[in-house]
Amino acid sequence: MLKAFYHIGKYCLLLGRVFKKPDNFKLYGRQTINEMVGLGLGSLGLISIISLFMGAVVTIQTVAAIDSPLIPLYTVGYATRQSFILELAPTIMCLILAGKIGSNISSEIGTMRITEQIDALEIMGVNSASYLILPKIVAALFTIPMIVIYSMFLGLVGGWVVGLYSGMLTVEDYLYGIRYDFKTFDVIYALIKTLFFAFIITSIPSYHGYYTRGGALEIGKSSTKSVVYSSVSILVINYILTQLLLI
Amino acid sequence: MIAVKNINKSFGNKQILNDVSISFLRGKINLIIGASGSGKSVLTKCIVGLHEVDNGVVEYDGRDFTCMNFKQRKEIRKEIGMLFQGSALFDSLTVEENVKFPLEMYTKQSEEEILERVNFCLKRVQLENANHLYPAELSGGMQKRAALARAMALNPKYLFCDEPNSGLDPQTGIIIDNLIQEITHEYDMTTIVITHDMNSVMETGENISFIHKGNMWWNGNKEDILKTDNKELNEFVYSSKIMQKFKGL
Repeated sequence: MLKAFYHIGKYCLLLGRVFKKPDNFKLYGRQTINEMVGLGLGSLGLISIISLFMGAVVTIQTVAAIDSPLIPLYTVGYATRQSFILELAPTIMCLILAGKIGSNISSEIGTMRITEQIDALEIMGVNSASYLILPKIVAALFTIPMIVIYSMFLGLVGGWVVGLYSGMLTVEDYLYGIRYDFKTFDVIYALIKTLFFAFIITSIPSYHGYYTRGGALEIGKSSTKSVVYSSVSILVINYILTQLLLI
Repeated sequence: MIAVKNINKSFGNKQILNDVSISFLRGKINLIIGASGSGKSVLTKCIVGLHEVDNGVVEYDGRDFTCMNFKQRKEIRKEIGMLFQGSALFDSLTVEENVKFPLEMYTKQSEEEILERVNFCLKRVQLENANHLYPAELSGGMQKRAALARAMALNPKYLFCDEPNSGLDPQTGIIIDNLIQEITHEYDMTTIVITHDMNSVMETGENISFIHKGNMWWNGNKEDILKTDNKELNEFVYSSKIMQKFKGL
């Protein structure tokens, strides 16, 4: 328990250093754009495949679960939309990104630590925590919500493709279902969650990478820890935000 | 000049540096030598502020570094260049971008002026055609030279080199040593080199400090080191049996 408080305190102190005024806005801006390209474009392929197939599978499962002829088939579109907007796109995609981006960030910063690149920054008088971590957080706060919206769209496209080619439901039913009783707040709720998750996905792995000590083995351990802690944090924050925003 | 006065440093219960006092002279190559684990690297990290000293003073030309805040230290650090043991070049940047980095971070020079300075530094270390290569594409010696170009980009007053020729063959090591020596004299820098390579010591040792078990043990120059009767230093310098026989130990 004490160890947990130690790490939370150290994490907060690191964030204190991260959010200090940047030394050079131009360099930080350039770094942020590079990170946006890396985090955003680098994840699009994986997110596209997962979203399309998950949308298709959720649609099939929902159709298969509807036994009663009293339940209209447009419910399938409605259920797919709600699943994707409320949970699958923001939470599951962010859990996947925590694995992909998180381990990448942790190992990148960890390698910089053990090869003395962070010391080199410090010697130059650069606030290494801010220079390395702030652009990643800012980039994630901009790109991950876009990725999540893209995932929502592709998930619904996946369901539409099932409707189109499987004959299990008509495209009209599906399209009517995904528009039925649409509340804008559901998307806002998803985006609020995503912003929190984006912060977690970048800051926790950065913390583990930044304080890596030792060699290659420790980089691997930091990477694993960062994925585990960010995933657990996402699940806990997801529960808290859902309780706060939906009830 | 950099003066270290009575510094102590421990990690937990382990005392690493014990009341160390040394003066590092301007315009000279100041060597810190000692066996592995003697505290050389910790001493250097204390001098540049990567480790906080438990007590004692580090002065850069009379400016007390130990009691400065982050902002004041930052100003001193702009006057420091450091060559790390593993070069510590930024992997994701090309050689040119590595050398550019401190200039872009701290100067308001135009792109052309920055490029001119970068090319000057690269030429000075004989890396004229390596601008667009990544660190992974360079040999060990080229990496050290690129790191040296980055270290001298801001025209530092103080240059720190942590085992500059480790992992290099003796000839390339000497080339790096000579380069450091030339740059030090040319720009009148205070250069501190950590090494345990006796080739380096005999080539560049103008002011040598021998650290033994965390204590400042001996000070002199490369001529003195051959004549000294200091037991621990002789054991360090003449560590092989053939050399001990040569010295008559």
